[in-house]
Amino acid sequence: MAGRVESATAGLVWRQLDHWRVRWRRTWRGSAVTTFVLPVLYLLAMGVGLGAYVDEGGPQASLGGVNYLDFIAPGLLATSVMQTAVGASTWPVLGAIKWDKTYFAMIASPLRPRDVLLGNLAFVAARLLMTAAVFWLVLLLFGVVALPWALLAIPAGVLIGMAHATPLFALSARLERETGFMLIYRIGVVPMFLFSGAFFPVSQLPDPLQWLTQLLPLFHGVELVRALTLGRPDLLVDVGHVAYLLLWCVVGLALADRSLARRLGG
Amino acid sequence: MGGDEALVEARGLRKSYGAVEAVRGIDVTVRRGEAFGFLGPNGAGKSSTMRMIAAVSPPSGGTLRVLGMDPTDDGPAIRSRLGVCPQEDTLDSELTVRENLLVYGRFFGLSRPEVARRADELLAFVQLSDRAGARVEQLSGGLKRRLTVARSLINEPEMLMLDEPTTGLDPQARHLLWDRLFRLKQQGTTLLLTTHYMDEAEQLCDRLVVIDEGVIVAEGSPAQLIRDHSSREVCELRFGADDHQGVAERIQHLGERLEVLPDRLLVYAADGEAVAQAVHEGGLTPRSTLVRRSTLEDVFLHLTGRSLAE
Repeated sequence: MAGRVESATAGLVWRQLDHWRVRWRRTWRGSAVTTFVLPVLYLLAMGVGLGAYVDEGGPQASLGGVNYLDFIAPGLLATSVMQTAVGASTWPVLGAIKWDKTYFAMIASPLRPRDVLLGNLAFVAARLLMTAAVFWLVLLLFGVVALPWALLAIPAGVLIGMAHATPLFALSARLERETGFMLIYRIGVVPMFLFSGAFFPVSQLPDPLQWLTQLLPLFHGVELVRALTLGRPDLLVDVGHVAYLLLWCVVGLALADRSLARRLGG
Repeated sequence: MGGDEALVEARGLRKSYGAVEAVRGIDVTVRRGEAFGFLGPNGAGKSSTMRMIAAVSPPSGGTLRVLGMDPTDDGPAIRSRLGVCPQEDTLDSELTVRENLLVYGRFFGLSRPEVARRADELLAFVQLSDRAGARVEQLSGGLKRRLTVARSLINEPEMLMLDEPTTGLDPQARHLLWDRLFRLKQQGTTLLLTTHYMDEAEQLCDRLVVIDEGVIVAEGSPAQLIRDHSSREVCELRFGADDHQGVAERIQHLGERLEVLPDRLLVYAADGEAVAQAVHEGGLTPRSTLVRRSTLEDVFLHLTGRSLAE
């Protein structure tokens, strides 16, 4: 019985392919350019420009003995997929509920709220894959990826993105007004971006802040991607990062499922 | 496929949102091929009822069968055979007119060539073929509504549900839409619609229920409802003075029934002209006098003491 329900869901999610394909076709060019240009600018300004000062007198021990460019390149990949995830799971979700109301059109067809959620998240995952892959190519151009481990930074990027997208989807599905997003950006996204170890080691932070940072999925994402692009993963530690990110995905998915079902099916 | 087959059967149907009871126990049967209407003011419980029938909102109580199935358990199967035209547009504004149909048809499991064929037919049906490549956000309200109707027909539904189909449309757009709906009815599509426009109900519905504060207060064909709950004619009188109540007492005996509205008096009688004449002979001089046939508006006023449009 459970098997029958499962396969029905897969079929109903698949039926959304054209919907998301057409939307993608409308927007991918613009986002591809930003996805490519922004990392180049960041890496030039911070990795190369700022890095020249940081690396004066040789690589810093607190950076793990690597150049600043090598240090922040994976951090930028992780923060970049996080930002893509935030963008894709906030305004568009509320828009499909409140402005265009496209979710309501979708559930008037055979699709159920859960199918709509899974279809939308599959689309988010595809966007994350593009962001991570393009960013990875930029890193390759800058010569800061150690193959073959670094290849895994791409799926890791998708995982990091989904760990943010699923709980934010849940939150967006509950919001009444878009003003909530401003708050999420100011007290959530921006501090997380700055203090999750992408730009400097979190060991520089006071202890309580270090603990707080380590609760955030982004910190684990940054550490994971860095281990991969530097080509020196520590199996136990990095499996731990993956498990923690997966936990956010699973809990986020369960919350999003409940939130959307409640919002659409009242 | 007999004419008596019930597509919707509701018994004691209820819907609550927290402490608010939107639908308070209604019995409705909609048969294949008929055009059935829910007539009532905003907030009467029409949209809540429609959402339950459309299998997107579970009933809070009572029983409901749609196409012979239970909407709580068989939602996808029911929805695959329904067309839904919601009150507020739910079109994808980033896509073109035609793309909206193409992607929506795929939700029903239709193949791409099949969806493309139906999309072109439906665009012709709602007279939007020349706008096929336009972005939805560039369309007027009337065109958007026509596109929504086209989209709701992409799965060739057995029953088309329309929630306030012409609210907010200009008269020309309304008449075009009514014409299209009438054609669908001729082709055998069952129509289920809500409206707070009595003329819409009279134009489109074979049978309707008058719904107010979550309960059904009357049921029948438009003509039958008027016969049962109103007089044949109405004499509308407007007096300049604010003393409507005083005037009302003086002319009470002239009709079967009298309603005092803020701006006019309505005298219900079989012969409206006779009432108008008697008013004048009684020495009263209304600023204006209008004799007309009774409408569903009068039925509603009589049944609830309130008018339909706020």
